[in-house]
Parts: sequence; structure tokens; C-alpha cells
Amino acid sequence: MFYKSTGYRVFSAFNTAILLLLSIACVLPMIHILAVAFSGKAAANANLVNFWPVDFTTEAFRKTFDNRNFVRSLGISVYRTVLGTAIFLGLLLITSYPLSKEPHAFKGRTLYIWYFVITMLFSGGLVPSYILIVKLGLNNTIWALVLPGAVDVFSLILMLNFFRNIPKELEEASLIDGASHFVTLLRVYLPLSLPAIATLSLFTMVGHWNSWFDGMIYNTNGKNFPLATLLQTIIVQQDFSKITMNPKDLADISNRTVKAAQIFIGALPILLVYPFLQKYFVKGVILGAVKE
Amino acid sequence: MNRTTQAVRSRWNWTRNWQLHVMMIPAVILIFVFAYLPMGGIVMAFQDFKPWLGIGGSPWVGWDNFDKLFGQQDSVQVLWNTVVISVMKIVAGLIAPFVFALLLNEVRKMAFKRFVQTLVYLPHFLSWVILGGILIDMLSVDGGIVNRLLTGALGIRPIFFLGDGNWFRATVVVSHVWKEFGFGTIVFLATLAGINPSLYEAAVVDGANRWKQTLHITVPAMMPITIVLATLALGGILNAGFDQIFNLYNSMVYEKGDIVDTFVYRTALIQGNMGFGTAVGLFKSFIGMFLIVASYRMAYVWGNYRIF
Repeated sequence: MFYKSTGYRVFSAFNTAILLLLSIACVLPMIHILAVAFSGKAAANANLVNFWPVDFTTEAFRKTFDNRNFVRSLGISVYRTVLGTAIFLGLLLITSYPLSKEPHAFKGRTLYIWYFVITMLFSGGLVPSYILIVKLGLNNTIWALVLPGAVDVFSLILMLNFFRNIPKELEEASLIDGASHFVTLLRVYLPLSLPAIATLSLFTMVGHWNSWFDGMIYNTNGKNFPLATLLQTIIVQQDFSKITMNPKDLADISNRTVKAAQIFIGALPILLVYPFLQKYFVKGVILGAVKE
Repeated sequence: MNRTTQAVRSRWNWTRNWQLHVMMIPAVILIFVFAYLPMGGIVMAFQDFKPWLGIGGSPWVGWDNFDKLFGQQDSVQVLWNTVVISVMKIVAGLIAPFVFALLLNEVRKMAFKRFVQTLVYLPHFLSWVILGGILIDMLSVDGGIVNRLLTGALGIRPIFFLGDGNWFRATVVVSHVWKEFGFGTIVFLATLAGINPSLYEAAVVDGANRWKQTLHITVPAMMPITIVLATLALGGILNAGFDQIFNLYNSMVYEKGDIVDTFVYRTALIQGNMGFGTAVGLFKSFIGMFLIVASYRMAYVWGNYRIF
């Protein structure tokens, strides 16, 4: 076979080395930030830290969790992620179920589909959306972060394609037995589509956790910032105009190790769900790519 | 199915159809409010919009905002920056996962393959806020680890990665590729898994070595999906990555790094020039719509790809 030849063996060794280097390059920045977060303040500020902590200490993490603003924003992020994902999921199920029917079984399906697809092609843009949220009085509330993206048309299309692959006989049997469409969705379709639901929920959770722009423009007061927005304004932009912090926290935040600790905690939930994500997202991507 | 059962069935469906319509109500309302109502707001593009006067009271200015868009040097520069950064990202963002998938395909130890995959998919899920925070720290001129290692190893002066226009563009493209190449390989790997093994067997019989097999079987098999990805990416050419640019740029690199979305944000929400901001956004939406429709059409014709 080809892989026994000398040439291929040499290539194989090089290939392994290149892949190893590239894959380590993907996590090195996270390792560096973690090393800084666990290092002593003096060592970090003197630029002595590379990929291993110098003068190991957990002081930066203690200071981070003593910071009221940080803990509050962390709570808001958890809240928006849970609420946003729940609403997204409920809407996704009850909307994609009717849309997965054949046009003759659900009059008006084509019209509905176009109603949704048009929004993928064209949008009013940033300014009108912003004005709308303000006019509706949703700014400075959690709803400004949760409702605008609650119906995601792309997920809808993935989900309805998934529903279509469920044998129609199951639905017919359920309806003949006298179940309503709602019960059919709940008892037949839902249990059969758990992998797809898990995939889309995980993506939505990650999306909510990571999103920061809406939190920034719809909140006039920094105390309502979700964590991603807080990190964006304080660490990336270094803009303290919307945030009232006590002087001690303000002094800590200019500390490199504390910054690193905050960044790391901001990424931690993603790292924690990552093993589950990895299990599903390949399916999710293929789910979207392959059609019969 | 004969005629009678068909009639019975359609009547039977009809009596239950209302349930399906009821299920559509919440999503229809939400989409109406958050997607269609803002579309009405695009009339602001033809106004000198003042929030305290509202859409009804603000003065109409015709095409002035659009004249400004194409007349002002900085907004033309912004359009140019967007296209340049986008194109570089699309090209580099296709080549990297393509090559990486080919290399990964040659790994036969499954454990190592899974290990590599686990690491390279990760950056895709981290937000640009996190990565922006990390990159600003790592690329800093005074003591950032990258400059420290570069000056130490090569003896060069520190590089202003985020402070010099050209370096900024390069940093944006490289960090984008770094974040997304791993995730981008998934589609290619799925394609590779679908190649019929008998093609390789036939090639071996014909005396092709592994390189020849790659060149004449693997690469051609990956071309259709590559063309589809490229055309679909063209649809988003005016999206140069708001999240990334916004978290990395600063006023020093506006000239070469400012893109349409960041420009709209600053003019409209920071400087309060909402009419002009809407006009720029509308222009972008319009071009974007044509590009998306055209690119899906092309992807369908060339790659037999369809979304439904």
C-alpha cells in the first residue's frame, strides 16, 4: 500500500508535526491568558509570563468575584441565556412543525415560508431597528436582548427539514387516534428530534452568551450590561462612561492579571459546553448542508 | 389513493388546519415587529432624521444622504476597505480549511485526528470580545507576548499590529483565518468522507501514488463544494465582520480598517447622524440582497446547491 513507501512516511511525519503545531496554535492564546490570570501581579506587568504562571496566585480571580459589577453582569448573562434559549426553542418547535407539512396539507405554507425568507434577504438595518426598540420602550430591559432574535429563520429551515424526514405515518397514526396537532408535536415529533433540538439549543446558548452589541446599544446604564458587553466596554474599549465602579474595583481592572481572569471567566462557559457542542455541531452542519 | 379517500382526507385536514395557523401566530407577530417594522424605518434614509421630531416630523431631504455617501471621501474609502478586507478573508478563509482538510485526511490514527479536530474547532465558538481582549494584550507593542517573541527571535523593532493600517488589515485576516479555519474544515471533511473508495482502488491499480490520487481524485471531488462556498461567501461581501473589526480597531486605523458596519454605528449612534446612517445601511442591505440572490442562483446552477 502507498503508506508503506518511504516518501509517504516522511510526508506523514511532517504532516503530523504541522497538524500538531496548528492545533496547538488554536489554544495557545487561551493558555497564555490563563497563565497571566494565575500569575503574580508584578510578574505579569513585567511581561515575564508566557504559557505557565509565574508566582502562582488566585488573587486575580478573588478580586474578580469581589467586583459587584462583574458578578451582576454574570447573572444577567446567565438569565438572558436561559430565557433567550427557552423562548427560541418554544417558538422554533411550534413554528417549524406547521411549516414542515406538505403545501396541500397546510394551506398557506408557501406564503408563510416567503414571509420568513424575505427577512433573510433584506433588513431595515441597524438604525431603524434601534429606533424601534427605543420607541417600544424595550431598551434597558432584558426583552431588548431576547425578543429581536427569538425567531431565527435559518434554524427554522434546518428544523423543518429535520421534521420532514420523520415518517408521515407516525403523524397520521397520532391524528387518527384523536390527538391534536399540538399533542402530536409534543408527543411524536419532539422526542424524535432531540438531537436536532440539542444542536440548535447549544448554538443559541453560545450565541446569547457571546452577544454583546445589543447589550451595549440598548442599555443606557452599565449596571444592566450582560457580561460580554461589560468585558467589551471595560477591557476592549476601556470606556468607563456608562459604568459606576467603586475606586478599588477600578484600580483592580487596570491590572493585567485581573483583566485576564475576567476574560477567562467570560470564555469559561463556552469551554464547559464545548465537549457537548462538539458532539452535536458536526451533525448540525451536515444537517444544514445535506438535502435529499 | 382513490378519489373518495382523497376528499375525506382533505376535509379532515381542513378541520385541523386552524391549529396549524394558530401555531404560526407568535412567530408571525415577532417577525412582523422586529423584521418588517424596521423595514418601514428605511424612509429615514431620505430624511434628516431627528429623534425628537420622529419619522413624521423630520424634514425630507431626497437623495442628499446618498449623495453624501458617494461624494464624501471617507465613506467611499469605507466601502473600499469593506470589499478589500472581505475579499482577502474569503480567499484566505477558503484556502486554509481546504488545505487543512487535505492534510487531516492523510491522518490514519483516529485518536490523533480527533485530538486535532477538538483543538481547531474551539476558536470558532469564542466571541470576538474574548478574542479581542486576548489579542489586544498579546499584540501590544509594549510587552505583548507576540512582539516579545518576535523581537527576541528576529531582533526586529516591535510591530504596531493594531496601530498601523496595513498591519491591521493583515492582523484582521490572519486572526479571522485562525478563528475559522478549523470549523471550515467540517464541510470539506464531510465531502471527503463521501468519496467512493473504489475510485482510489482503481487509481492504485493504475499505478497512481498518493500524491497523484490526491491531485486527480480528492481535489476534483472537493471542487463543487468549494465553488458553492465561494459563491455563497460572495453574497456577504459587504459583511467584513463587524464584531471582529469593532473589537480590534481604534481611531489610528480608521483609514484602512473602518468598514461599512462600524461606520454606520459610529455615524448614526455615536454622532447622531441617523438619516445618513440609515442611508448607508440601506445601500448595504440592497447590494447585499442582490448579491445573496445572485450567489444562491449561481450556487444552484454550478454546484446544484439549494437551501430548501
